Amino acid sequence: MVIRNPRLRQAAQAAASTLVMLAAWQVASFFFPEYLFPPVQTIALRTFGIFSDPTLLLEVLSTAARIFGGLFGAFILGALLAVVIGRSPFIESYFTPVLVFLQGIPALSWVVIAIIWFHGIEFRILFIMVMTTLPAFTFQILDAYRSMSKDLFEMTMSFRPSGWMLFRVLIVPTIVPGILTAWKVNLGNAARVVVVAELVGATGGVGYQLLLQQQLFDMAGALAWTLVLVLFVLVVQTVIVALESWVLRYRPVSERVV
Amino acid sequence: MNAKPFIHFDEVTKDFPRPDGKGTFTAVDRLTFDINQGEVVAVLGKTGCGKSTMFNLLAGLIEPTSGRIDVNGHDPFKEFNYFRGRIGIVFQSDRLMPWRSALDNVLLGLQILNKDKKESEAIARHWLTRLGLSGHENDYPHALSGGMRQRVSIARAFAVEPEILLCDEPFSSLDEMTARDLRQEFLRLVRQNNKTALFITHHINEAIDVGDRVLVFHRPARIAFEARIDDASRQSGRKPIQDEILKVLSLEAPAATP
Repeated sequence: MVIRNPRLRQAAQAAASTLVMLAAWQVASFFFPEYLFPPVQTIALRTFGIFSDPTLLLEVLSTAARIFGGLFGAFILGALLAVVIGRSPFIESYFTPVLVFLQGIPALSWVVIAIIWFHGIEFRILFIMVMTTLPAFTFQILDAYRSMSKDLFEMTMSFRPSGWMLFRVLIVPTIVPGILTAWKVNLGNAARVVVVAELVGATGGVGYQLLLQQQLFDMAGALAWTLVLVLFVLVVQTVIVALESWVLRYRPVSERVV
Repeated sequence: MNAKPFIHFDEVTKDFPRPDGKGTFTAVDRLTFDINQGEVVAVLGKTGCGKSTMFNLLAGLIEPTSGRIDVNGHDPFKEFNYFRGRIGIVFQSDRLMPWRSALDNVLLGLQILNKDKKESEAIARHWLTRLGLSGHENDYPHALSGGMRQRVSIARAFAVEPEILLCDEPFSSLDEMTARDLRQEFLRLVRQNNKTALFITHHINEAIDVGDRVLVFHRPARIAFEARIDDASRQSGRKPIQDEILKVLSLEAPAATP
């Protein structure tokens, strides 16, 4: 059977590959002990258990709050830095090498630095999240700012706008696509980093729960918590994509698909 | 005694640094000319003769290296904000903001001038209707043809009720028929609204059709020839003027890369 609707076809392909993966896992569970390959239904039940238990759900929500808090902090700082750097080549020559250097520091190093420097758990995690995602936010928004059309800038300037008006009518609409891309890219990174940060330096959240499952040698639990985090990222990604489609509705359909 | 000219260029020179950083090149060389209120002046010249630099100087977007520009007693660069809403520009390309509908593009200048929203919308709709775009108010630029987009950009320039209209080859990217229709429409609007206009073109016939006067530039921008045009010369005396302009243009050496 040929599915003509591209969206339906894409959904069917995704469902098919997921089913194959689940089937392979289930087959493996017949041949290996449960602590290595727990059956799919056990993992599903444990995952459902996380969503139906308010205490466990709170752990998920606290991780989500840390991800959003870190991303939001990095976004605000990154946007400010990008606009400042974009407007002054002099400032750029000082800031860019620092940001490139920061980009090269592994997340785990930031975890160690945060533990040594700070006492408060939440502040440690916020610091780690901001430091690991700040360079990407800054560079992505800076790229969007630099891609601003010179023609549109001249045209807007011909009406002699104030600085604030120029920001509102030209700069913001120009950098919005870049901001949305930055959120999409950084969301996945943030989800990985927050788990590492919680694993080492927190007493709650998905990362801490993963640490508990490791100590209990509970593979089904570890997979269930991992699945919850992946589902969280997928849901937020879907929301961002929907927001992007709405914000960029002015583009021809072909460009939006790209 | 002649009345004080509305626009006065007095020995204006503009130098730019060379791309290789070695010295400067002169784009406008001691340029002197006047334009009276309500007059339409067409400027002709080969590519690279400095027409657009002169245009940007008059728009106040760049500062002259030496000399003085006076527009109704004010300096368009130094008194940048004085000219808010007083200069309307129609560019070679439409320069519409892709994220704004046709109506919102026409509203841009009025928004920058902080005009009342309801009043602005009525003005924008009025100009779109006058330019034959009724029913396309909510279309995004990508959904409009080249001619329609240029109509929107003309509506955007007229909507702020400017005293001066600057036009930089506004119809050169359109097909012959569309350009002819739009030119006639544009001229009617200029005459009806008693605008002072400077019209840059590289088509001799267009310059004769549009201008009360034609200025022919040699490179770097300086006046090599000037002709006053009236209805008689447009109809029966066109050929001698065309020949004279062609002769003047052919005297100039081809433009070298700066």
